[in-house]
Amino acid sequence: MSRLLLPLLGALVAALMLASVLVGPAPVGPGESLVALVTGDAGPLGIVMREIRLPRAILGALVGAALGLSGAAMQGYLRNPLAEPGLIGVSGSAALGAVIALQTGLAAAFAPALPLAALAGAVAAVLLILVLAGPRGGSLTLILAGIAVSALAGAATALVLNLSPNPFAAAEIVFWTMGSLADRSWTDVALAAPFIAAGAAVLLTLGRGLDALTLGEDAAAALGIGLTGLRLRLVAGVAAAVGAATAVAGAVGFVGLVVPHILRPLVGAQPARLLPASALGGAALVLAADIAVRLILPDRDLKLGVLMALVGAPLFLHLIHRTRRDLEGTLR
Amino acid sequence: MSVWRVASSALAALCLGGAALADPPARVVSINLCTDQLAMLLAAPGQLVSVSHLARDERSSAMAAEAAAWPANGGRAEDVYLLAPDLVLAGSFTTPATVAMLRRLGIRVELFAPATRLADVGAQLRQMGAVLGREAEAEALAARFEAALMALGGDGGAPPRAALYAANGWSSGRHSLPGEVLAAAGFANVAAGLGLETGGFLALEALVLAAPELIVTGRPWPGASRAEALPRHPALARSTAQGVALTDSDWVCGLPHVLRAVEAMLEARHRLAPP
Repeated sequence: MSRLLLPLLGALVAALMLASVLVGPAPVGPGESLVALVTGDAGPLGIVMREIRLPRAILGALVGAALGLSGAAMQGYLRNPLAEPGLIGVSGSAALGAVIALQTGLAAAFAPALPLAALAGAVAAVLLILVLAGPRGGSLTLILAGIAVSALAGAATALVLNLSPNPFAAAEIVFWTMGSLADRSWTDVALAAPFIAAGAAVLLTLGRGLDALTLGEDAAAALGIGLTGLRLRLVAGVAAAVGAATAVAGAVGFVGLVVPHILRPLVGAQPARLLPASALGGAALVLAADIAVRLILPDRDLKLGVLMALVGAPLFLHLIHRTRRDLEGTLR
Repeated sequence: MSVWRVASSALAALCLGGAALADPPARVVSINLCTDQLAMLLAAPGQLVSVSHLARDERSSAMAAEAAAWPANGGRAEDVYLLAPDLVLAGSFTTPATVAMLRRLGIRVELFAPATRLADVGAQLRQMGAVLGREAEAEALAARFEAALMALGGDGGAPPRAALYAANGWSSGRHSLPGEVLAAAGFANVAAGLGLETGGFLALEALVLAAPELIVTGRPWPGASRAEALPRHPALARSTAQGVALTDSDWVCGLPHVLRAVEAMLEARHRLAPP
């Protein structure tokens, strides 16, 4: 089973991408849609398939992979199952960076400024969390620091959007806090993909170091793992992946919490094997959620965060319950 | 509240009403973008005291330059009361709290509904004329507008198919002011075929599949929004539809200025199919 896990997850992602391409408000049969997608006929259906649905499916997989992988990496480093980019404010800070780049006109003048600004926001949040939570990542400090960083980033995002001269900007607070893949285009894929790929490439190299860390810091150091380098690569990888994903899809929460939690028993709780599995699992989860929002409310833009929180928040409560002793221990 | 006070305030209202019928209002304050412009067109010199600050914003106001001649108000009951008006002009969607407060303070408030048809332009000019005691001026302006609209009439031929696609994918149907502007310029509105009579949100996919020949959007505001990015989605640039961006100020309100919107649409039509 465990050797089949990655191929199985890969097949699941492929199947969900196919389903994602076939779901949409336009009443067109699946056969006809696929023909238009493959042949790229010049008519309107070809444009719908290639310019609207395909970038959405690809972006869903990219964003999910970025969030799942980042969650698994942070949890491996802090050795705490509650470390999740959304919950600890990394996604929220990335959204703040993106909003600032958009509203100052920086992103209009220089397109990559959008993911870069989101990346800068994410770096600030990850560093803050790591400094506050310390190398051991105690649950209580982690959650409290996360609440504070999330609240601050959320408030600043709302402030920037309310100050915007654009009458539509303030209504988009919901997008930035809940996330959506509606009506994204190849432009967004082109902006996010390089950063997500680079971030994922860095995070996937952390496996050996994170495996060693499960034995404790001293043992890891004895095994020749440079903790400073590990931390640096973690910050860079998480910031690039989560920053770029948030810049184009808003802050989608709970992916990095739910996916590693489900997959951890299947990989024998080994961080090195959890990382690639969580990337694929995250892609599958976000694709499934994005299909669900279109099936539940085909004509409206139901936000991804709504579904993710419905699934993720109960699990979060369950995890808090399970790590309760750790939490109370910190209090004494 | 005692019976006496009810009776006295009713009496006061009657007297005020009587006075308004007899003399035109002398100090008029407008707190709505559309009534601002109707009043600027029709008020006697010195009759209009202040217009809303929106009237000075050229993105939403067709008379931004003219509005600079009047002091601007913020539309709040406080500002307005301190101007000591004997008549306040407001839209029927103006905050009910503001309108109720002004009426409690004993100020006459006249409400104007938003225009939803081209026929409302003449009707609202005449309504404003009656309220300001400028019936003759209003009648002349309305008649001039109606004649100009008739003269612009369609020039036959098969109507090209067009879609109105604004921020957030809002598409106005044929029973709306923009929809009637589109029809007056000789276009068929694709929204009608998609079940949107007055208007509604139209999915990007549905718009692409409807394959209109022309897509009419608004001009984007400064700053940025995803709402306004939607009508500029690359899929629309790939489609065969031509795009045209119209200035909101020309058809936000039911003013003679909607003729400019009709003319712009006629021009777009002539570009699609030279007469």
